[in-house]
Amino acid sequence: MKNPYLPYPVKIDDIVVETEDKNLKTFKFVFLNPEDEANFKYMPGQFAELSVPGKGEIPIGIASSPTEKGYLTFTVNKVGVVTTFLHNMKVGDIMGIRGPLGNWYPWEEMEGKNVVIIGGGFAFTTLRSSVVYMLHPQNRPKFGKITVVYGARNPGLLLYKQELMEWEKRDDIEMHITVDAADDPNWKYNVGFVPAITEQKVKSSENAYAIVCGPPIMIKFTQPVLEKLGFPPERIILSLENRMKCAIGMCGRCNVGDQFVCKDGPVFSLAKLRTLPPEY
Amino acid sequence: MGTSKVLKKDEWLKVIEDLRKGYKVFVPTKEGDFHFFREYKDGIRPDLNFSNTRLSPKGLIYPQSERMFECPLSKDQEGAFILKESPKDFGPQLVVGIRPCDAYGFLIVKRNFDNPQYRDPWWVRRYESTTFVGLGCNEPCPTCFCNAAAGGPFGEEGLDLLMWDLGDEYLIKPITEKGSNLLAKVEGKEAQDGEIKEAESLKKESQKKMDFSFDITPLKNKAQLELFNEPYWEDVAFSCINCGTCTYLCPTCWCFDIQDEVYKNHCDRIRNWDSCMFPLFTLHGSGHNPREKKFQRVRQRFMHKLKYYVDKYGNGIQCSGCGRCVRYCPVNIDIRNVIGLMCG
Repeated sequence: MKNPYLPYPVKIDDIVVETEDKNLKTFKFVFLNPEDEANFKYMPGQFAELSVPGKGEIPIGIASSPTEKGYLTFTVNKVGVVTTFLHNMKVGDIMGIRGPLGNWYPWEEMEGKNVVIIGGGFAFTTLRSSVVYMLHPQNRPKFGKITVVYGARNPGLLLYKQELMEWEKRDDIEMHITVDAADDPNWKYNVGFVPAITEQKVKSSENAYAIVCGPPIMIKFTQPVLEKLGFPPERIILSLENRMKCAIGMCGRCNVGDQFVCKDGPVFSLAKLRTLPPEY
Repeated sequence: MGTSKVLKKDEWLKVIEDLRKGYKVFVPTKEGDFHFFREYKDGIRPDLNFSNTRLSPKGLIYPQSERMFECPLSKDQEGAFILKESPKDFGPQLVVGIRPCDAYGFLIVKRNFDNPQYRDPWWVRRYESTTFVGLGCNEPCPTCFCNAAAGGPFGEEGLDLLMWDLGDEYLIKPITEKGSNLLAKVEGKEAQDGEIKEAESLKKESQKKMDFSFDITPLKNKAQLELFNEPYWEDVAFSCINCGTCTYLCPTCWCFDIQDEVYKNHCDRIRNWDSCMFPLFTLHGSGHNPREKKFQRVRQRFMHKLKYYVDKYGNGIQCSGCGRCVRYCPVNIDIRNVIGLMCG
């Protein structure tokens, strides 16, 4: 019987400090056993438990894309016991990863559709995975127009800056990077909150899905904008977070109504969420 | 499933005693004012003259605290930071004297721990290696409502053998093949018509003593949000002190926590029973808590048992009617009243 609680052993292969406040780091992991890597088949939108023996486990969205072979990346915000310890770990250290866990963005449903990605702050991780996945030459023809609205409080808090700049240069993806405020006179992108920029830049909901990840306040004010644009709630896709332990639907704490965020989610349509108690 | 047998009480207890050779046997025994399931070792006196154990027997399959994994934490040790399963004993267990409500409770919990997507290896292996010998209830307590929630005072689901207390003797009925095989090895006379009739009438008499019944249809038909937004939750929760006694005693509350414990250079990953009554249960790292208020937690407990479970599994409520939470709640919250409200 496969033990769903047993993490795969991994080694930290690289650590990148993502933000100026140094509160977010991206960890690159490689599997110690090649067969574990083969078993770890995931899709953008899924998460995994990062398992630090002696400290505990944390559920974190997978930031790498399945099109990137040989490693996994996770961007971790320093918040509590495990994340603080992880931030102090070094390249070469051994720990565990348990997953992949949860469902993923509705990739099959979205084939042939336009995709609008809306992200805020450090919730851009599985969205990064999604963009990389869609831009892969094998996948790009499956999707229509790809639009990204991504905002942070200030330029120093944007994740994956180098990649954002590369995407800016491409003609098969429309980028709208924004910050709440910038004191850099050379800032050449947008200034404004994500909902406002979405309203200005996203012109149509026709044949389109919107994937929205960000802080609750951003989601709250982006929803009416999307609905005004004509996105039906079935095509507004959100990813939830709740406290987790088992991450396989057994320990009982992450439920939203009869749905477990860990197993039935974390991805839900707005239509589905409207039928459930708002306990998230 | 073979024929029932009748044994004198002391003969049957001798059989149980001898079964310790092949099984780890658990029996109810009296400690202070209450009964508990304990391993039948020398010095333990089985006592089947009881209403029910104070704690449910869920811990026999699902210990309150159990090691999951362990590993060394210093780099010079082999296997450092690589968690390995902690060794466990999955040898055959025999639980004697479990009440039908509690045996049924395991079937409710099984839907959580043994589902098409994931199997909890420890729960499943321990459950599968256990044989349950039930004891029907001649005298249900005033707090019992197994007739409405589960299979009743002589319910057979979840049991391998079922015992009837006929006064000086036990009538023992095989329910499953596992139970039948066990009973076949026991010397005893076959149950006669008269004894079987007596057993039947004990069952009827006992059922009559329970007066709570309800129809599950409204729980199925009402929308989650409709029940969730009912105005009565604050009232239901008013007196609750969030002590967690209900979840601790409940045979069907399965929620757990996972914690890493470190001693010197060794890590144990341990799982412990947890409770939805505690605010820490859902507290996010950010400080946000989706069930911050007491009434939200009380609502969660009842909604889980009486609505979410009903919707998720389509197999009744997540309650076996054992009545422990009713009996031991320090502020007299009664799940039967809540069922009444929700079905109203």
